[in-house]
Amino acid sequence: MKFKTFIWFVGPSLFLMLLFIALPLYAVLMGSFQVTQPVMQTVEVESCSAGFLAQTCTTEVRTIPVLDEETGDMLTTTEWVGWLSYERVLEPQRAWAAITSLNYGALMQIDFWAALRFTLMFTFITLPLVIGVGLAIALAVNNAAKSIRGPIIFISLLPFIITPVIGSLSIYWLFVGDGILTRGIENLLDRDIAMFAQAWTIELLMLFYRVWHVAPFAFVIFYAGLQTVNQDTLESAIIDGASRWDRLKYVVIPHLMPLIVFIALIHLMDAYRVFDEIVGFRAEAHVTSLQYLTFNFLQPDDAGNRAFSRASASSMLTMVGIVILLIPLLRRTWRDHKGSSH
Amino acid sequence: MSDTPRAMRQPFGLRLGSAAFLAFWCLLAAFPIVWITLMSFKSPVDAFAANPFDVILGPVTRERGNGLSVLDIALGLVVLFFAIKLAFSWLPGRVKAWSPAGQVWAGWIIGAMAYGVAFIFAFFLVLPFILGLLNPILGPLGTPIVGLTTEHYQTIWIERGFYNNFINSLIVVGGTVTISLTIGTLAGYGLARSGSNIAFWILIVALIFRALPHSVLLAGYLPVFVNSAEILRPWLGDNAPTLYGQPLAVIAVLVSINQPFTIWMLRSFFQNIPNELDEAARVDGCTHFQAFRWVIMPVMWPGVITTGLFSFLLAYNDYLITALLLDGTNQTMVPAIAGFFNRETTTTDQVVAVAAAVSIIAPLFLLVMIFQRQIVSGLTAGAVKG
Repeated sequence: MKFKTFIWFVGPSLFLMLLFIALPLYAVLMGSFQVTQPVMQTVEVESCSAGFLAQTCTTEVRTIPVLDEETGDMLTTTEWVGWLSYERVLEPQRAWAAITSLNYGALMQIDFWAALRFTLMFTFITLPLVIGVGLAIALAVNNAAKSIRGPIIFISLLPFIITPVIGSLSIYWLFVGDGILTRGIENLLDRDIAMFAQAWTIELLMLFYRVWHVAPFAFVIFYAGLQTVNQDTLESAIIDGASRWDRLKYVVIPHLMPLIVFIALIHLMDAYRVFDEIVGFRAEAHVTSLQYLTFNFLQPDDAGNRAFSRASASSMLTMVGIVILLIPLLRRTWRDHKGSSH
Repeated sequence: MSDTPRAMRQPFGLRLGSAAFLAFWCLLAAFPIVWITLMSFKSPVDAFAANPFDVILGPVTRERGNGLSVLDIALGLVVLFFAIKLAFSWLPGRVKAWSPAGQVWAGWIIGAMAYGVAFIFAFFLVLPFILGLLNPILGPLGTPIVGLTTEHYQTIWIERGFYNNFINSLIVVGGTVTISLTIGTLAGYGLARSGSNIAFWILIVALIFRALPHSVLLAGYLPVFVNSAEILRPWLGDNAPTLYGQPLAVIAVLVSINQPFTIWMLRSFFQNIPNELDEAARVDGCTHFQAFRWVIMPVMWPGVITTGLFSFLLAYNDYLITALLLDGTNQTMVPAIAGFFNRETTTTDQVVAVAAAVSIIAPLFLLVMIFQRQIVSGLTAGAVKG
């Protein structure tokens, strides 16, 4: 295919990606070093109130925003502030003081570090669980009679296909104060429980939800992979006296290894973006993630202002995080790509 | 089992364990969804009852006069059974016979819609009317045994205007799927047929874009979208639009964010179509574009449908982007349900929110039922084939 035809085919898609992904990225990078705020002026205001014989008057100095004379809008200036927004998000002094005094609680008081801790913990705990549970379901389905496989795949796909916010809500309603499972556990333990009153129970439910939501994806891919396991190799392994466990460990899992890497890659990307669960479980008071932090900065506050510079800084930090996480996996793919082409 | 070699046969304990695990997983996978569906049809007292059987049977709902009798359930199941049977045996033939050649897909869209409307008419209007006449005559068979009420659905859809959100969702999702497939198939074809280095690098960069958390991009869009009227004024004059809150702007954003995924998936489908097919068309004098349109696209429909399904899911399930870029007046369904949280002070409101949630996932349920094979093939397309 000639280069010109190639550009005609790829052009529209490339244009959209440049306009809506690359350009915003650049804007965010620039925005994270700038602060836009209204121009303020100080004026002396004399305010008088009626009094007997003479008015009582007070003068005070007030800071008010400068208004545009024609439109009446507030004038704003944009300043280059360097790392200021990053400092506001990271709060390095407070964080360093907390680290040197080994005060874990104080470090977790800072939104960014608490969000970072949760996001990383969430990503690395769900990763092995998703792969393990997905593989277990795939092996079990592979073991089941052919006639029931279709319905089982149908049921398994439901948690994966369901809207994430609704999925977490459906679990929320089971565990809410008078939800059916809360009542059940209360009966068993003979004490009151509140699943959404402290951070660790919410985190536990979020981990459960994410594994429930993503395990079907891993299952479908592993199941497809299991259909292509070389039967001859399996049979020769049996002749060599390999036990069931040995066959799984030395034949099946090495065969599935590329798929495991693929799922790990996709799951790292998606779990790092954890966000919908926090909305669904209404966990923002107890647990937040990096994406939620940016979302929170972007939401208008009571005065209708959005903290754009801090949002830009926190989203740049989020991006640095995902790049660091993906480097080992990308290097592996790169090596495979080079290895296969030589 | 008799054809498996003896050494491959599994001991009874392992088979039992594997079956038990599978049963447990199916229960776990379906339970939350089934349970909230049940809850949405009960009065609040029943929906949050301590005894699970009260939630299933709904005694309070039944006492209020909303219930199903044995006859209702039996007749309803019969109608449902025949409706599904007809949809799979009678409908495909009709669609093929009536739709003009080459336009079968359009015939399917119209046919499915007509069938859906007919079903709703028969199931929710004609059937209740007939049953309303029959139930009082039949005595014990006609007295309600299971409590069931649709009042929460009426509240959410009619009183709270959820149909507005539904229409907004339809616009955003429809636009996203159409545009993203049109642009994506072109790019996917170009990338699959070009062995150049640029193609490789575009794919790698797309993979990196795929990893970006969406909030990063939103921090870039929002300031521009909110102030777009002022930014665009020098070029467009006074009717420069404010992009914030515009469904069209959201569609453009969703299309671009889904592009990396779409082109990867479509490329892997295009690679399965042998190159000789285009070459034959080229020898016959087609340009690249004609070959793409008249030779490749007709055999590409399965791949396009599968990718379309995933674009649909990405747009339909999105919360973050639609919540931030659309305002209250044209909110889509998923962010709109978050608006019910704040009102959710009484249990009635809570069950209404449950009904809204079930309304959102019902179309997805249908989708899996119809397109299970395509979804599975789409999930495995990227992974297994490389």
